[in-house]
Amino acid sequence: MTQVPKIALKGVHKHFGPKTVLNGIDLEVGRGESLVVIGGSGTGKSVMLKCILGLLTPDSGSIRVDGEETTRLRPREREKLLHKFGMLFQGAALFDSLKVWENVAFGLIQGAHMPRPQAKEIALAKLAAVGLGPEVGELSPAELSGGMQKRVGLARAIADEPEIIFFDEPTTGLDPIMADVINELIVKCVKDLGATAVTITHDMASARKIADRIAMIYQGRIIWTGHAKDIDDSGNPFVDQFVHGKAEGPIKMQVRAL
Amino acid sequence: MGFLAATGRAFLVFLEATGKLALFTGIALYHCVRPPFYLRQIGRQMIDIGYYSLPVVGLTALFTGMVLALQSYSGFSRFQAEGAIATVVALSVTRELGPVLGGLMVAGRIGAAMAAEIGTMRVTEQIDALSTLSTNPFKYLVAPRLLAGLTMLPLLVLVADIIGVFGGFLVGVYRLDFNPSSYINRTWEFLEPIDVISGLVKAAVFGFVVALMGCYHGYHSKGGAQGVGAATTNAVVSASILILVWNYLITGIFFSTK
Repeated sequence: MTQVPKIALKGVHKHFGPKTVLNGIDLEVGRGESLVVIGGSGTGKSVMLKCILGLLTPDSGSIRVDGEETTRLRPREREKLLHKFGMLFQGAALFDSLKVWENVAFGLIQGAHMPRPQAKEIALAKLAAVGLGPEVGELSPAELSGGMQKRVGLARAIADEPEIIFFDEPTTGLDPIMADVINELIVKCVKDLGATAVTITHDMASARKIADRIAMIYQGRIIWTGHAKDIDDSGNPFVDQFVHGKAEGPIKMQVRAL
Repeated sequence: MGFLAATGRAFLVFLEATGKLALFTGIALYHCVRPPFYLRQIGRQMIDIGYYSLPVVGLTALFTGMVLALQSYSGFSRFQAEGAIATVVALSVTRELGPVLGGLMVAGRIGAAMAAEIGTMRVTEQIDALSTLSTNPFKYLVAPRLLAGLTMLPLLVLVADIIGVFGGFLVGVYRLDFNPSSYINRTWEFLEPIDVISGLVKAAVFGFVVALMGCYHGYHSKGGAQGVGAATTNAVVSASILILVWNYLITGIFFSTK
């Protein structure tokens, strides 16, 4: 890769009290690439995304977006930078005081100050892109099923046409068919926008479908990265154990809390 | 030694909480005066606090005025001072009971609702979602509530003052057989603008305190349903105590002639 990577993390550390969550993350994501980060629960996947977004401040290390250092940005510059990002949250995180279309149009109305009728038009188009009709736009998020909420969350994430999209466990809590529908939507949306995508998941079917490249995180470090097609013969016992979902192996699950 | 260590630790925790609250208040106030303003949100909060609290605050004021007239009659008749009842009712309601009881009722109604709503938004990642949509949560969630609390509670208390005095009038005329016009004359006779103004200043402070506590505890809630429940309790309890403390301080500022 000769060009500047879209996102580059170097030596990122983060701890909460005595607990170290990120222990020196090094990771690069190329422009237009779809990277999937796999790893067990509690290995720091979500914290890593939140550090890149600036929702959490890392203790040390560097995070560059388009070559620009972002760890010490001021709030106003951060707000500007976040226009480049879209994110689909694990629980969809729709605003339940607003209608579905207002949720999708939120970034356009509040962030980009677009007039409401125009924003509504775009919102309905984005809803259509994720396979939801205009009648859904008038519902409130509480009236939707889990799969539909995920779709609306996806529509909201792509509404402002971001350059970078994050997906936080997009298929968790969905049945296998709906999970595949969401996976296909993600692939389609990312391709249509030409966006850079980072997905964190522990669903291997989803990872295989979405990823150009896969990285595995374990104990707060990236222990393996490689092309998605190489995931089955990575030669790394940690990756093998995770991919095949075996209880036996080098990764010891902490069954009891400390 | 154990006792000293425990005292020191408690003191440090107290200092940390005070500092955190002061910082929160500072940031929130900054966003109250810096554009952009979310007028739709401010309007919604004003209606919620001002309009929908009217029945609760009105009923509280009505029965407070009524019971004041009844109580002072049974007390004052012991030394033939029944004529002072109208004055006592007017002064007590405008100076003390209107703002304090109104503030406490609003703390229960609005403070709890704010903490629960913002707390739920926190634990379902809706606040993080706001940030990723380039919307500052302080500006969108906290500032409108603080402004609405600050402006709406004085109006509510003004209405409560009138209803409270009217409650006293009802009991005085229909139960204690006062002459209506002389009761009204007595009400006006010793009432000075400062009595009402001090009550309204109190109301503004109480409104701010209730909204601040609701937002602060909601914003910092964590750990699912239980965390939101704890935030709600803390918001109501701390707002109630702060109302009583500030009530004393403001009374001291306005009426300490010595």
